[in-house]
Amino acid sequence: MSIVQSILNGDRLALARILTQVENNTPEGKSALAELFPYTGKAHLIGVTGAPGTGKSSLVNKLVLHYRKNENKRVAIIAVDPSSPFTGGAVLGDRVRMKDLSGDTGAFIRSMASRGSIGGLARSTAGMVEVFDAAGYDIVIVETVGAGQSEVDIARLAHTTLVVEAPGLGDDIQAIKAGILEIADILVVNKADRPGVENTEKALRSMLELAHPTARVFKHHGAYMSVAVPVQENTAMWIPPIQRTISTDAKGIEELAGLIAKHAEHLRVSGDWVSRERARLSSEMEALLRDELMNQFRSRMPEAEFNQVMERVFTRELSPWEAVKLLVKESIK
Amino acid sequence: MTERKIRVLVAKPGLDGHDRGAKVVARALRDAGMEVIYTGLRQTPEMIADAALQEDVDVVGLSILSGAHMALAPRILELLKNNGQTDVKVFIGGIIPDDDVPTLKKMGISGVYGPGASTEDIVKEIREIIIG
Repeated sequence: MSIVQSILNGDRLALARILTQVENNTPEGKSALAELFPYTGKAHLIGVTGAPGTGKSSLVNKLVLHYRKNENKRVAIIAVDPSSPFTGGAVLGDRVRMKDLSGDTGAFIRSMASRGSIGGLARSTAGMVEVFDAAGYDIVIVETVGAGQSEVDIARLAHTTLVVEAPGLGDDIQAIKAGILEIADILVVNKADRPGVENTEKALRSMLELAHPTARVFKHHGAYMSVAVPVQENTAMWIPPIQRTISTDAKGIEELAGLIAKHAEHLRVSGDWVSRERARLSSEMEALLRDELMNQFRSRMPEAEFNQVMERVFTRELSPWEAVKLLVKESIK
Repeated sequence: MTERKIRVLVAKPGLDGHDRGAKVVARALRDAGMEVIYTGLRQTPEMIADAALQEDVDVVGLSILSGAHMALAPRILELLKNNGQTDVKVFIGGIIPDDDVPTLKKMGISGVYGPGASTEDIVKEIREIIIG
């Protein structure tokens, strides 16, 4: 039986091993992704992001426990933590908060190091999500690196993005900046038993009131990747709700799951589900295209020639911009 | 770009609550460029084997200070084997009497480290056994 067939049949070891191949971007991983791709597109992808220490992992733990106990859904979790920029090593500690899910074959937790990516995810996260989707998980939760203000890649990947806040982390100016709060489909104020919870909620609410309802389709860097959005029905805009939770006591979790389901329903009714799928696949394509072009460039460009041009930049003879123009011209000769 | 990272699960089975050693080792492995999945205190052998499977690790490092190593180690090896993870190498650190070391190695433990063991040695031996 092929490894892909084993995954479709629910073999957990085969799944774990293919995830490694996909993460390492090996030829085996790529061919598995190609075979699995037709089986994708069914799972609800939920992103969980927020500053370090806001309680993302503990929240995910309780949320998944709810899905397992009350909704009998199979859930996969990809938990991303940062890699050291110096050694490339990582300590991935999200499992420490997810002990409740141990021993449950309907939940699968995979820790992942960011390996130098800066958007809050790793390069292979999208591929790993596809593997879980094809393997038949109803829900795939991606927990990002503890994110600051602009690690917003998750919003391109997920159908529903939760931004987790905690009391005492910033004032209302933080709340009107662009970036992470803007990508929230649902705002979660975790650790709601802590003092200051009213202020945090008030700041978030005033941010929402200031906002014009903006179309929530993502801008791409490349001009070629604009997404054709199907004509939308005249449906109400989704205003991100604010949900208080206390993960340690499982308070607010059921309500949060309710809001997530409501958001999924909204996406389907409004047609945003389709436009988000398209935006996600185009941004995945764009990233792959960039990698592929870079690889082709590297394989065509003799290292000596590259270094020679580099030297001219170091001596201020060429500007970096001129150097790039020169190299690209050379490489397509 | 193809990357080969050594993935290590660092776990503390049993009931003793001292995880300083496990954290020091986790940090040292991180600084050696490995990806360390840290699971925390009071893990059952089943929890450890389950995590090792999901994370597809190359190495499981157990920290045991309670004296229960002769019961916990064979159980974890058995569960890994049952899951089909026969290629995973298991290392133990902690308070392990010298007399038990040959028995542990015979049952399939790849390395045993007591107090005073250097983290450099641990890193070196893991690298040797995984990459060769």
